[in-house]
Amino acid sequence: MAEGKVVGIDLGTTNSLVAYMQGDKPVVIPGVDGSNLVPSVVALDPVALDPAVAGNGRPTVTVGNSARKALIETPERVIYSVKRLMGRGLDEVRSELKLFPFRLADDVEAGEVPRIQLGELRFTPPEISAYILRQLKRNAERFFSTPVTQAVITVPAYFNDAQRQATKDAGRMAGLDVLRLVNEPTAAALAYGLDRAKDGTIAVYDFGGGTFDISILKLRDGIFEVQSTNGDTHLGGDDIDNLLLAIALDEIHSEHGVDLRSHRGAVQALRKSAIDAKIRLSSESDAHFDIELPNGDRYQREIPREVFEVLIEPVLNRTVAPCKQAMTDAGITPEQIDEVVLVGGSTRIPAVRKLVDGLFNLSARGKKAHTDLNPDEVVALGAAVQADILAGASKSTEELLLLDVTPLSLGIEALGGVVARIIQRNSTIPASATEHFTTGVDGQTNVAIHVVQGERELAADCRSLARFDLKGIPPMMAGLPRIEVKFLIDADGILQVSAREQRSGKQAEIEVKPTYGLTDEQVEGMILDSFDHAEEDFAKRLLIEARVDAESDLAKVDQAKSNHAWQILTGEEQAAIAAARDRLIQANAGEDAAAIRDARVALDQATRRLAELMMDAAVTEAIRGKTMEAAGEELSDDISAPHPMAAAEFK
Amino acid sequence: MMKVLDSAVPVACWSCSVAHNESTLFCPHCSKIQPPQVGDYFSVFSLEPMLNIDLAALEQEFHRLSRRLHPDRFARATDSEKEWSLADTALLNDAYRTLKDPLRRTEYLLKRSGAEIGEEHSGKDRRDPSRAPADLLEEVFDLNMQLEEMRMGRAAGEVDPQLQKDLTEAKKKFDGLLNEVDRDLRELWNAWDEGGEAERKAAQNTMVALLDRRRYLNNLVRDVTETLGA
Repeated sequence: MAEGKVVGIDLGTTNSLVAYMQGDKPVVIPGVDGSNLVPSVVALDPVALDPAVAGNGRPTVTVGNSARKALIETPERVIYSVKRLMGRGLDEVRSELKLFPFRLADDVEAGEVPRIQLGELRFTPPEISAYILRQLKRNAERFFSTPVTQAVITVPAYFNDAQRQATKDAGRMAGLDVLRLVNEPTAAALAYGLDRAKDGTIAVYDFGGGTFDISILKLRDGIFEVQSTNGDTHLGGDDIDNLLLAIALDEIHSEHGVDLRSHRGAVQALRKSAIDAKIRLSSESDAHFDIELPNGDRYQREIPREVFEVLIEPVLNRTVAPCKQAMTDAGITPEQIDEVVLVGGSTRIPAVRKLVDGLFNLSARGKKAHTDLNPDEVVALGAAVQADILAGASKSTEELLLLDVTPLSLGIEALGGVVARIIQRNSTIPASATEHFTTGVDGQTNVAIHVVQGERELAADCRSLARFDLKGIPPMMAGLPRIEVKFLIDADGILQVSAREQRSGKQAEIEVKPTYGLTDEQVEGMILDSFDHAEEDFAKRLLIEARVDAESDLAKVDQAKSNHAWQILTGEEQAAIAAARDRLIQANAGEDAAAIRDARVALDQATRRLAELMMDAAVTEAIRGKTMEAAGEELSDDISAPHPMAAAEFK
Repeated sequence: MMKVLDSAVPVACWSCSVAHNESTLFCPHCSKIQPPQVGDYFSVFSLEPMLNIDLAALEQEFHRLSRRLHPDRFARATDSEKEWSLADTALLNDAYRTLKDPLRRTEYLLKRSGAEIGEEHSGKDRRDPSRAPADLLEEVFDLNMQLEEMRMGRAAGEVDPQLQKDLTEAKKKFDGLLNEVDRDLRELWNAWDEGGEAERKAAQNTMVALLDRRRYLNNLVRDVTETLGA
């Protein structure tokens, strides 16, 4: 088995990061462009159709910042926020897609894992996530100059079984052995606790782009024992953006008589302005919209922070009930919480900090919430700590141990559609329960069991996990067989089941029909690069990858020359780009992957202003409702669509 | 999505071949983790089956064993060791969860001693008035009427303040009764732990009845809380 480095990965809704333990400190590994954050955006390259370039029979994709740029140019080939679709069924994805400008493949059938149409190809959500993970894996491999095959990946604490399994599947497709799934708030607590190693009770308030989690942990002698967790997988910064956007759209309509809602591209561009305003309001006392409208008018609007705070109050208040429930479940009062840790980009909002202060009665007790670690990075840093614990090779983490809980109760559908709960929420994992079943009819050889997850009383109101068919029961009189079924939630929060017929001692055969999710064979068939496993070819692989990336960069630069933005550049800037381009062509002809990488970085820097100009131009055009019309065809006009331009600019 | 677990039981340590006591988690000779045994929650912690236990010592032992058994310690071990660590840790966690809680501990220990204790019902039969303790029959009947009235009122969008007050009062009363039951249960622990056979048997029967009463009261309180909070 490879005993290489184990990395920690934060696979986020808006951004993803990879980190590792450098000595006794976790650090984030930057991408080729020098940025720590890789936007969770995947673009299918237009060159994918060219079989010579595609190689390996696989489409070529771009991940991260450059994919974000493609969103403006070829939105129908780009996908973001795919985390929201992970482990979800067709109906759920359908309702989610009302908020998303993406198309479901038209041949998807009920019971299948939904596929998203991207350009001329179709992808399941785990495949898309796999591309992001592969990018992070490559970033780490470039950084270490050795293969990376093992990782810890974080998930929202409130993720259910199917969402966790989908994340694990994505890791496998990306060529990663996922040693552990770690809950995001717990990872954050690890990152914080590493320095402190102080005993006490910690609350982690994790308010990100798309999800909200609260976890309460007890820290004692290096053991991080989660007491309770709660959350909302549909609550985040997106909801705040939507409020600002709705106001702008309404005012533009009523004051200027322009209904931008019908201009799909314009809505997306206006959303970027709303996000900029939101970010500004975290540090300034006011922000403003200043936008040129199609009729030549300008929409100008001041947004004082006080107005903003009144506006977002209902959204922030939705985090209160989960926090209170978590405290009740942990059997503690706010006063018993020693430290509060803030995680996620949305905790930069002063009103959020104020709410947290009140919720846990902090300033009255002379305390302050911890914000000293970058809220965008802290989860990845914690994942790196957990990776180090699992690698078991380091002094700095050998005393640490994480004991997490299952966020949702596990139950079995009993007679009348009622749920019989077998493992309660907030049970420390791994956790197990043994149940006995029998037959209802003479000679019956099969028994079906429906397993659900959730807190509601009726199975129909909970989330269906799987249907088990216990087969091969020896024919006996009704009620005589005694089938013992063991349900076990593993350390990743994923269910495993085994069964035995006790009278015959026969191991019952179980046929599992997961309600949501891919089969093993399907995952196997979606593994991205088979040559990833050939470690001896590592150097060769790095070179091939570097060349593919370089070709793609060069093609994009050549394409950009026909863009209007190219004319705006100074002669000096154009010359710098030409020089960087020549350098990359030269490096690409050589055999040195590092040289190609350096030349790519140089070209990326030289074209930075060009890229910005192109982006600005596209945004302006979109607001004017001109060129984006066509591109915007694929974009949803639903104002609540979250936008990928969100957090990459957060600093 | 889910895999089927199965494991064989070797006679001697799988790693060093030295024979050992079957109930051990680790080989006393080579310290390697051993295949899981059908575990009794008390034996996991090397405790005598008693109702009075030292919770601080229990927690300490839980942490000590977690450090050795947890799957995090076996991330790069063989597949068998991983599987055993998973099963052992699940048993450890199940045992800790049960023993640290006074009620779960009592129920577990009484069941283990052969007592028949009703299952927790989450279905509608938990409101079945015929299951009510005899001394509460009338009150429960009234309460259920009020609850129904409250729910109907809510559905129609109106809340009777007097009804709300009555229900809040009722909840307080039943909460008090719950505390009484808990105290009565605790008082029987010593008799069960240290008494002679007859005394033990008597304590057990009383506790079984108290647990039934408690379950009923608990469901009532939950119903009232849910209805009030809806």
